[in-house]
Amino acid sequence: MAGLEDLYREIILDHYRSPRNRGELATPPAVRIEGFNPLCGDEIVLYLEVTDGVVSDVKISGQGCSISQSSASMMSAAIKGKDVGEVRALIRSFKAMMSIPESGHEHDDGPVEEIGPIDPETFGELAALQGVVKFPVRIKCATLSWNTLVQALDEAAAN
Amino acid sequence: MAIKQSEYDVTKIKSDFPLLDRVQDGNKIVFLDSAASSQRPYSVLEAMDDYYKTTHANVHRGVYAIAEEATRRYEEGRLAAGRLINAPDPAREIILTKNVTEAYNLVAYTWGRANLHDGAVIVLTESEHHANIVPWLMLKQERDITIRYIPIGDDFRLDLSNLDEMVKGAKFVSVTGASNVLGTITDLEPIVKAAHRAGALVMADGAQLVPHRPVDVQALDLDLFGYTGHKLLGPTGIGVLWARAAILEEMPPFLGGGEMINDVRLDGFTTNELPWKFEAGTPPIAESVGLGAAIRYLEEIGLEKIAAHEAELTNYALDSLCEHFPEIEIFGPGARTERRGGVISFRFGDIHPHDVSQVLDQHGVCVRAGHHCAKPLMRRLGVNATTRVSLYLYNDEHDVDVLIEALTAVKKMFA
Ligand SMILES: Cc1ncc(COP(=O)(O)O)c(C=O)c1O
Repeated sequence: MAGLEDLYREIILDHYRSPRNRGELATPPAVRIEGFNPLCGDEIVLYLEVTDGVVSDVKISGQGCSISQSSASMMSAAIKGKDVGEVRALIRSFKAMMSIPESGHEHDDGPVEEIGPIDPETFGELAALQGVVKFPVRIKCATLSWNTLVQALDEAAAN
Repeated sequence: MAIKQSEYDVTKIKSDFPLLDRVQDGNKIVFLDSAASSQRPYSVLEAMDDYYKTTHANVHRGVYAIAEEATRRYEEGRLAAGRLINAPDPAREIILTKNVTEAYNLVAYTWGRANLHDGAVIVLTESEHHANIVPWLMLKQERDITIRYIPIGDDFRLDLSNLDEMVKGAKFVSVTGASNVLGTITDLEPIVKAAHRAGALVMADGAQLVPHRPVDVQALDLDLFGYTGHKLLGPTGIGVLWARAAILEEMPPFLGGGEMINDVRLDGFTTNELPWKFEAGTPPIAESVGLGAAIRYLEEIGLEKIAAHEAELTNYALDSLCEHFPEIEIFGPGARTERRGGVISFRFGDIHPHDVSQVLDQHGVCVRAGHHCAKPLMRRLGVNATTRVSLYLYNDEHDVDVLIEALTAVKKMFA
């Protein structure tokens, strides 16, 4: 069995204790998307504002476990100020990191790119979530905010 | 420490369950999730194994010794399932299903469609498992029926103060016998009386009741009842629906196919007698054998004794939890209250149930974290999820002590 220290890294606990970008945004201009994890009842509400192809602001509310909350918090910090193309690329890489190669599920966002060792440049703190893969039931917790982000980007693009 | 029941040997009982011997990362398993599914004793595993090794053939078909024996063993499981709840005519009134969820779907699909037309009213409660909500909501998508929910009060019990008003005009009242979240045991008597006065049929969900205490469907004056095999030491893949024969006779069949028919022509069919009318296709034969063995195991120990053991242990657990963790909030009645079972759901300060159960797992302690298939109840409680500890006949005070130690580690990690 994998050790808990693989899961609960210090950075993760830090984001859990002091989550970044908590709150709400006015809609419009922001879009508001709710994501649910039917397994545990966790919910996340994501507010996303895209201006001229750039994520100009993002806020998160809702409740959940340390993994879902810290993943959302790190995600918000990672995408703020990035352009939509970069954000989509980051989502793909993140999902690839979260995939379990052996059983090969969780690939609901198209084919997964082969990724090599996690690139600390792109991932920064997000790399701390890598250990979640060893705890398959928690992968859904880590990917909840990212799936919600995909929906939010689609909705923002449609507006 | 409470007085020990003289003849209740929990150490011996524990040793009957091979899975409880499992060691994980150096920790012996402490299994506190029997409300989700219990473990099986050797006698159940051996009965099923023996059936497959010596007696397997399809039932109700072959005219040869093995097939007849298989049929007899399958039907013995049915009789045991009826005996356990004192069904008046088990040979006809016990329908073997896949689980209790299927029993509810069967009732909603057949009785519901035949009897609930536009304008009909049924009554459920706020503390139902999804199994007793969703099949009715599915019917409601097709028909203009009204579902009323008996609320729960601040004491976590069903609020029966407005019962007569609640059941007025209803055709069907369906309530859980024991909550899988709150640990409450329903006072069925006033509900059954009020429902019958209003002319409604009453069904109770025995999933969390039958494994833990004696149940008598005749004394309770119920009309329909369901329970599930895997929560009472039996195998998965088998559930029980009991209903009075007169009700079953009137109900249209559920699934169609072999076994449930009397005659089939190219343009029609007639249905088989009870109970086979509701058992299409090859039934869960080995599972029925296993269920019978599980029931015998419970009967040998005695459900009264099991109930007394669990009550003592529940008090011990509630006391220990409250004593060690002032921040704990228990969603359910306290220690030493009437009609309280061994299910303990709680909030552990601000720490999310997923995180609680993940760290407990590191100590070999298995508990459930989540909404427990009762989302309407979770909303009522104002939470997304709870951590749930559930106690059964093989748990002891040492299990509770390990839980307390492990929870202390949880607290340290997330402080
Ligand atoms: C009260 C209650 N009803 C129904 C069920 C459903 O049981 P099954 O999944 O075996 O159909 C459960 C089990 O989770 C339960 O606790």
